[in-house]
Amino acid sequence: MNIFVCIKEVPDTEASLQVKDGKSINNEGLKWIISPYDEYAIEEALKLKEKLGDSTVTVISVGSERIVETIRKGLAMGAEKAIHVHAENTLDNKIVAKALSEAIKKQDDYGIIFMGKQAIDDDAYLTHIYLANYLNIPVATNVIKFEYNDNKAIVEREIEEGAREKIEMNVPCVVAATKGLNEPRYPSIMGMMKAKKVQIEKYELSDIGIDDNNKVEVEKLYFPPEKPEGKVLEGELEDVVKELVRLLKDEAKVL
Amino acid sequence: MANLGIYIEYKNNNFKKSNKEVLSFARKSGRDTFAIVFADDISAIKDELKGINKVVQVKAGDKKYQPDIYSETLVSIIREFELKEFIGINSATLKDLMPRVSAKLDATMINDCISVDLDNSKATKPVYAGKLLCDYKVIDDFKIFLLRPNVFSGEDAEGNDPEIVEKSLLDAEIKTNIVEVIQSESRKIDLTEAEVIVSGGRAMKSKENFKVLEELAKVLNAGVGASRAAVDAGYATPDMQVGQTGKVVNPKLYIACGISGAIQHFVGMKTSKVIVAINTDPEAPIFKKADYGIVGDLFKVVPLLTEELKKSL
Repeated sequence: MNIFVCIKEVPDTEASLQVKDGKSINNEGLKWIISPYDEYAIEEALKLKEKLGDSTVTVISVGSERIVETIRKGLAMGAEKAIHVHAENTLDNKIVAKALSEAIKKQDDYGIIFMGKQAIDDDAYLTHIYLANYLNIPVATNVIKFEYNDNKAIVEREIEEGAREKIEMNVPCVVAATKGLNEPRYPSIMGMMKAKKVQIEKYELSDIGIDDNNKVEVEKLYFPPEKPEGKVLEGELEDVVKELVRLLKDEAKVL
Repeated sequence: MANLGIYIEYKNNNFKKSNKEVLSFARKSGRDTFAIVFADDISAIKDELKGINKVVQVKAGDKKYQPDIYSETLVSIIREFELKEFIGINSATLKDLMPRVSAKLDATMINDCISVDLDNSKATKPVYAGKLLCDYKVIDDFKIFLLRPNVFSGEDAEGNDPEIVEKSLLDAEIKTNIVEVIQSESRKIDLTEAEVIVSGGRAMKSKENFKVLEELAKVLNAGVGASRAAVDAGYATPDMQVGQTGKVVNPKLYIACGISGAIQHFVGMKTSKVIVAINTDPEAPIFKKADYGIVGDLFKVVPLLTEELKKSL
């Protein structure tokens, strides 16, 4: 099977962010990673390849020249092929999904497309569903369990109140991963060596007929107001707990 | 002015509390408002729908949520009534359904809004797990916004009774076959919509110890959450994780027990109205962020708190 994994480069979760020009984050000195949900997607793709044999895992990402390094991290985890859709400007979710769909359509054939349920920068939770719609294939979001049998993807997705939906989809389809699906592997030294040698297939937006007319524009990016420092209650535990309940009732009025 | 569509979540006679917030927003919007409800019987929620111009009731029979059928039906209703603007709760269901509708209609969509300005086509949304806020401008006539629960004010309904139009579910090719819905052993309170959350961190030390928090949660009718450290250590399940790579929550009261308060956790709960921290380490960063802190062993403090609340609630 030709398995695809869509990934997005994001700032490291540990990074302390700074806003530049009021509209974007300051990239200087930032460490970049594969969005954590996309790492679950890569892991699941690799597991499927190992199960099926005779399969290829291709990572695909849309972004600037900088993301090539992040794409190589995906290769180092064990993907064999990579596609880079080059776009220096930030694109809205729909355009990204269209670009992904057009680049994937250029390939001979595609089976399951894995990706994270959202990227941890804009937290949009849209691209996977848009992609499936543009390819006219089924999609399961928020997937915590994945199996493949008889050319069908059988997944469990988290819904509300701790419940899960078990879904069966024909292949090709899009599977959007959430935390708990698996434990992503670390790239091996061997994997990193191999990754360096892979020729990344590159498309410009114009090659795949994509206009970059964003319908969503960032007007302002800013820090939320700080919470004022609270108070630590002191004294014997019994008294402190009584005081807390009183404060929650009378002062904060949340009980 | 565009007609405004509102998706009402009403399932098994359960009218989601945050519907009130979305309906309040609609009443104040100055638009012609159309509430869409997928339900066979809406008599029990009639009063909630006052002040809305039209209710489109989709009789669903025994058919449960199915994304292909629901999205096809919703697209046809949106087209018929020219609902160029559309809002709903930022819930698991609508996050699954509305992007499909958005793709089919080529409408622009923004999830998880904490502020929406229809007149100026703007919305504010937390990004980077809430480390930052982003004001977006939508350059499209056709737009969909999902509103984060517990942020918008949910006033009681007032106004005239709406006109009711009945529709039925459309047929659609089913691509996503829902084989079964697996309920969890205990019905969990959904963290993203919970009014009170009790959360445990690494100091919980084991899965069994979460019982202490569950008892407190029971008294408060709260959801039980966890920090990433507790999830990664296997003390809690991933669906309980609050913070970056987990859920972003927004309750009235958040009680953090044995959580140090790493930035990745804090960003997921900092919009809570009131934060209480219980930790043995007086230097823990959580105390800087909490409204009320208690320095002490959670295994002593939490049971005391549970007892005290039992007495006074």
